[in-house]
Amino acid sequence: MASPTSSVITLHINGEKFTLPVDHRTTLLDALRERLTLTGTKKGCDQGQCGACTVLLDGRRTVACLQLAVAAEGREITTIEGVAEGDRLHPVQQAFLELDGYQCGYCTPGQICSAIGVLREHAEGVPSAVTDDIRPEAGPPPLTPEEIRERMSGNLCRCGAYVAIVEAVARAAADGDRTAAVTESEEAVA
Amino acid sequence: MTTVTATETATRAPSVGTARTRVEGVEKVTGAARYAGEIPFTDLAHGWLALSTVARGRISALGTDAVLAMPGVLAVLDHRNALRLNTDFPSLLGMRPDPTCAVFQHDQVPHVGWPVALVVAETSEQAREAAESLVVHYEPEPHTTDFTAETPDAYALDGVMPALTEKGDIEAELAASAVVLDAEYTTPEEHHNPMEPHAATAVWDEDRLEVVDSNQGATWVGGDLANFFSLDPAAVRVRSEHVGGGFGSKGVRAHQVAAAMAARVLGRPVRVVMTRRQMFTLAGHRSPTVQRIRLGADAEGRLRALEHRALSHTSTVHEFVEPSAGVARVMYDADAHRTENRVVRLDVPSPTFMRAPGEAPGSFALESALDELAVACGLDPIELRLRNDAERGPVSGLPFAGRRLADCFREGARRFGWADRDPRPGTRRDGRWLLGTGTAAASFQAGAAPSTATATAHPDGTFTVRIAAADIGTGARTALTLVAADALGVAPERVRVRIGDSAFGPAMIAGGSMGTRSWSWAVTIAAEELRERLALGADIPAEGITVRSDTTAAIGALAAAERHSFGAQFAEVAVDVGTGEVRVRRMLGIFAAGRIINPLTARSQFLGGMTWGISMALHEEALRDRASGGLVGADLAGYHVATHADVPRIEADWIEDPDPDDPVGIKGIGEIGIVGAAAAIANAVWHATGARHRDLPISPDRVLTAGAPDA
Repeated sequence: MASPTSSVITLHINGEKFTLPVDHRTTLLDALRERLTLTGTKKGCDQGQCGACTVLLDGRRTVACLQLAVAAEGREITTIEGVAEGDRLHPVQQAFLELDGYQCGYCTPGQICSAIGVLREHAEGVPSAVTDDIRPEAGPPPLTPEEIRERMSGNLCRCGAYVAIVEAVARAAADGDRTAAVTESEEAVA
Repeated sequence: MTTVTATETATRAPSVGTARTRVEGVEKVTGAARYAGEIPFTDLAHGWLALSTVARGRISALGTDAVLAMPGVLAVLDHRNALRLNTDFPSLLGMRPDPTCAVFQHDQVPHVGWPVALVVAETSEQAREAAESLVVHYEPEPHTTDFTAETPDAYALDGVMPALTEKGDIEAELAASAVVLDAEYTTPEEHHNPMEPHAATAVWDEDRLEVVDSNQGATWVGGDLANFFSLDPAAVRVRSEHVGGGFGSKGVRAHQVAAAMAARVLGRPVRVVMTRRQMFTLAGHRSPTVQRIRLGADAEGRLRALEHRALSHTSTVHEFVEPSAGVARVMYDADAHRTENRVVRLDVPSPTFMRAPGEAPGSFALESALDELAVACGLDPIELRLRNDAERGPVSGLPFAGRRLADCFREGARRFGWADRDPRPGTRRDGRWLLGTGTAAASFQAGAAPSTATATAHPDGTFTVRIAAADIGTGARTALTLVAADALGVAPERVRVRIGDSAFGPAMIAGGSMGTRSWSWAVTIAAEELRERLALGADIPAEGITVRSDTTAAIGALAAAERHSFGAQFAEVAVDVGTGEVRVRRMLGIFAAGRIINPLTARSQFLGGMTWGISMALHEEALRDRASGGLVGADLAGYHVATHADVPRIEADWIEDPDPDDPVGIKGIGEIGIVGAAAAIANAVWHATGARHRDLPISPDRVLTAGAPDA
């Protein structure tokens, strides 16, 4: 099946192997959606600006629209379909559900995958643009709402569910890791 | 066989008013919910639209042959070979369909981004490359896209409301006023940008057309497609199960018609999905506005004169007016009162309804003007509004069916801490930031439109409700489940609500903040009648017992009244006069918007609207290039919508305000969250800096050129 314009590749997705021929122009996003019916990963802009297609590539957040399928061969790909354990939702999914961290639901898989990546990056001590102390020895900064907002800003939600998404990420962080310092630094209006 | 008895139903606490997670929530957080472009079809072909690159002219040649020779290409549709469409019929609200949707009917190009061809291929990659390779030659003509207040070609246009209203002598009252304000406000072209791009798959079976779509009303889209293709309405079925946002943009557009045309020609299913960039010309937009407001008040701040004149643009092929001056017809009365909506036709894509059409830009102008008048009168801005709270419709003279605006302000002021506010501008500092607070009023019409629904009782004790409603993120599916459960007198777990299918019969669209109210009415009537039937002790056969409702007569019998939701918006901002950056620090909206069906999702909807207000106030602006007539940076990098870092912990809450004439008490909450929000932020920026911003968005360059306050 290999030709100057196509190749047979094997993708590792959610713990399974998929072997398929792909047009070299095919993005990872289109391979997931059009070829493998893994349509949970969404196409919002197809040019890396909205975050709806966020997946985890070797555990790191990646926008699948800017990744060619052929370049993802051999990497561990986790999509929204692979983050729950059977019927048991991932803590981030559960928090989105309970706190209504979404409206139309279209950006939601990308927000959730991004949030899972954020929690891991934070736990590893990766600083953000709003982190006060960025020295490696400082360790993870407090996961304030401001930190969550900064780290999640690559994921657009046009319905405007940001308030509840930040609440959901904070709750998932608190539920998932008791040692993470989740602080509510802002005063409520009322 | 199951019989539901009256005694079971009499004791059940209502489900309406309790917080419920979305019934489709698990599907949405696991990625299992399938949207329009994700439903599999056997033998699917992919269509890709090619759009014009000139702003005005005619197509002189299309390089179709070269494209047809490309790998996988199945067909190229353009004006020379396309099916002829019927375009002479009344669409939504009796308006003519936007000719942009009637694709490939002639060789004229009325704006940049006009559909000139559809390339269909076996795969989306092949279709895209072929469409991008299609060479189109034009005979260009001079175009005009400049939108200014000075245009001589503007004319008054009725849309969903009369263009003009007038009472009293404006000039005489202004001359007799102690305080006069005369100011011009502008808002930019704005784009809906739902996260899910428009997508449709069409397939024909003989002369029956089936479309899987993402839309705000299956009845609407199905009806218009039947008209375009001269079919019996019953021969068209449109399904739209999950919809990734709409905000007014997801009606009948070019992609559904192009897909149906291509599917007809090829005899196989064809999917057409808009790209994000194509959405900026094909999905509609909110027109820019120029609004002039003249206010005259007596020494106590009571309005003697109110004039609100609004100008918007429309395309040369379709009339649509952004009715910004309509907000003054609801909010404030004056001895002399004049409002006017005008349009100018330009070589631009057709504008359309966008969240709070009219009220969003109109409230920015009017509520900014009220703030300016309060300063000029030396009055607190809330006090000024309370003194001018209308007792009857300023134009209609009709009574209000509920107007708790003053209560919203009092509750909001208490919770926001308004009483401690120093009214002087430019006096509060936090490091490099100047701080200020602002407020504004909000309103949006409350209405209901005829809808039909069915309710079916099954032998196993469960119920199915069917209605051609659309859940575009509003939570309608869940709300209707709670409404149906209460009307049936059962637990919501026993009720399945199926929506998004034109086969369920005519129903209102998700629009005008009227969807959930209109659908709930129909669902309530069907469910109540079913409950009465069951109370008689009827046995339920295997196929169930089904009751059908139609609210046409009941809604037609509503007495004339001013029916609206109201609200009070509060914002605190921080302004860096060194960089021009404006940050919203906190926001509070208090609304009187009818009975709240589901507090969990209602809060999300109000907050979503307020988030749109932040976005409108500070970020959104589509810039049109005079030379090309197209937009600069027509994507989500060039057109900034608010993201996480732009939105603080804003709050929304509500006060009791059930609609006395609605069977469930609903008014509708989809749009009021954005109304007044941009004005509250702009008024807060004035309070922070002393500089008045009458042009949106309040971008850093505008803050810098407005200068610092006089110290």
